[in-house]
Amino acid sequence: MTATTPISRSAPDAGEPMAPPRPPRASAGLQRRRKNGKRPRTVTDWVLLAAAIVVAVLIAFPFILILINSFKSPQDYAATGPLQLPTQLYFDGIVRFWERVDFPQKLWNSIFISGVVSVLAVLISVLNAFAIGIGRVRARTSIIVLFLLANLLPQEALLYPLYYMFKQVGLYDNVWSVIIIFTVIQSAFGTYLLSSVFGTFPKEVLEAAALDGAGRWKTLWRVIVPISRPTLSVLLIFFFIWTWNEFLIPLTFLVSNDNQTVPVAISVLQGDRLMDVTTTSASALLGLIPTLVFFLIFQRTLTRGITAGAVK
Amino acid sequence: MATSVPFVRAAKRPAKVAPAPDEPLIPSRGGRGRGAYWLYLLPGFVLLTVIVLIPLGWNVYLSFTEWRGIKPPEFIGLDNWIELFGDAAFWASFRNSIAMIIAMVIVPTLLGLLLAALLFDLIGRKFGGRLASFLRATYYLPQILPVAVAGIVIGWILRPGDDGALNQILESIGLGTLAHNWLGSPDTALASIMLVMVWVQIGYPIVIFMAALQRVDPELYEAAELDGANWLQRFRSITVSIIRPEIYVVALTCTIAALKVFGPIYVLTGGGPGTSTLVPAYYAYSEFFQSQQVGYGATIATALTVIIAIVAIAFIRAQLRGEEKERAGL
Repeated sequence: MTATTPISRSAPDAGEPMAPPRPPRASAGLQRRRKNGKRPRTVTDWVLLAAAIVVAVLIAFPFILILINSFKSPQDYAATGPLQLPTQLYFDGIVRFWERVDFPQKLWNSIFISGVVSVLAVLISVLNAFAIGIGRVRARTSIIVLFLLANLLPQEALLYPLYYMFKQVGLYDNVWSVIIIFTVIQSAFGTYLLSSVFGTFPKEVLEAAALDGAGRWKTLWRVIVPISRPTLSVLLIFFFIWTWNEFLIPLTFLVSNDNQTVPVAISVLQGDRLMDVTTTSASALLGLIPTLVFFLIFQRTLTRGITAGAVK
Repeated sequence: MATSVPFVRAAKRPAKVAPAPDEPLIPSRGGRGRGAYWLYLLPGFVLLTVIVLIPLGWNVYLSFTEWRGIKPPEFIGLDNWIELFGDAAFWASFRNSIAMIIAMVIVPTLLGLLLAALLFDLIGRKFGGRLASFLRATYYLPQILPVAVAGIVIGWILRPGDDGALNQILESIGLGTLAHNWLGSPDTALASIMLVMVWVQIGYPIVIFMAALQRVDPELYEAAELDGANWLQRFRSITVSIIRPEIYVVALTCTIAALKVFGPIYVLTGGGPGTSTLVPAYYAYSEFFQSQQVGYGATIATALTVIIAIVAIAFIRAQLRGEEKERAGL
């Protein structure tokens, strides 16, 4: 997990539903400030703002370079260099790479693996967290630590035994090997997180369900899961993105072209003799587009999940 | 309340509602007691055992064997471990891990603190929240990429020879003599990888710290300002002290991520030239699948696991001590 965590959280200005309720005096103060408009801006403020913008431009610069150079012909690139806009739009690099790796197939593999993993991992996390957070089974602290450690472990420490095991059972070079492994690794984190969320579940709700004659199984699916839906959907999205971004295990387990994920398929062709400079740029572009799309879609979902949870 | 910063919130939220600590939250109606909850743990536990616990134990065992993956492993006692301690490549890989920690923990945390405070305290207040969140999203952009793809993006810019983008840019501004084989020469390869990692990592602390800053009552800043505290004083005594738990969490997760770096090395340098960018994760991988020295690869992987466990425990203990001190101080 390369710290690919939080995406959303909307603007940090005060008075968002996110912020904890403040004492009335504080809100009055806020309103007063709002009415008076923004604070005066000094020269230093503008200089600092400029610095923050320069940092943002530096960080965005590699994306911009990749974007403009993916649409150039190699001759165009050689003539005008990386900073010029393309003299004419050239799609051959992208098309050639798209066909070479059979990109739709790779996209589907990544979507299928990440989608199945995120659903299964949330399911397992819910079951585990129900026993630990609601059921408060004995030795639960040690169990949580165990799950957390399973998530922190370097995957290299499991790699060869897993490789050998999956070869023995005939699942090597099969997307299900990767699905099973990541279901376990992601649900280890989910168990850790959900156990503490379920541990603070309002007891009155559970007692009411029990009075109405709901058993544990029913209480879990009809009461706890619906109420925790915002948390669960955030978890689902993170599992999806984390699994999408995984590299070492898909690289090791999915060796044939038909099974590779997007990041693996793109990496194995780097340095290939047939990849000219703009085709390589196009390959990077194809690698980053799906994650940019998720970023745009999930940004809203996540924010909604967070505010919904806060209002509840 | 759902949270987009799972790690942080979970760590900071000890069960506040504490009914008798060992009672299940659902009142039991006679019959089955607490034991039945174990059934819910069963699938998760079986999977954890098969996919994590058994392979982990097996890997530790393999570190005491010589195995090339075909004939059964041969027990050789501590030979691998003795070899490991005298292995210059292994120590080089750990020196490079320290470089990764500088690039993924120290630089991003310090820069992240400054930028988060700048966005929250100045830009958000004086230039509007929209601008602040737009800048924050831009800083976060590289974080959403698969690290391998992030490596490819920067690798493209650092391509060797005349058609490399950075070399061309240098040429065009009259610094052509600085053009370089950035990833291919021992003097710049590690620095180039570090650059990739700073770029990838910088957005993470910023987002976490800004989320944490929402706990700060703006009146606190105003009061401090009225009392004549300058920006640096406010930064040190309000910003840093309030988000200290998040600083620990960021430092912990990023240190562990830095020790595990694999993707960028795989796509950019393969550990070379020589051992100049070799990291333990890549070293273990190449022993497993290129040299077929499974026993030795398992030794490297086990050593890495032990180090990560030590780092995790040390951080968590430091954090707990910090919290205790704070409570004692109050």
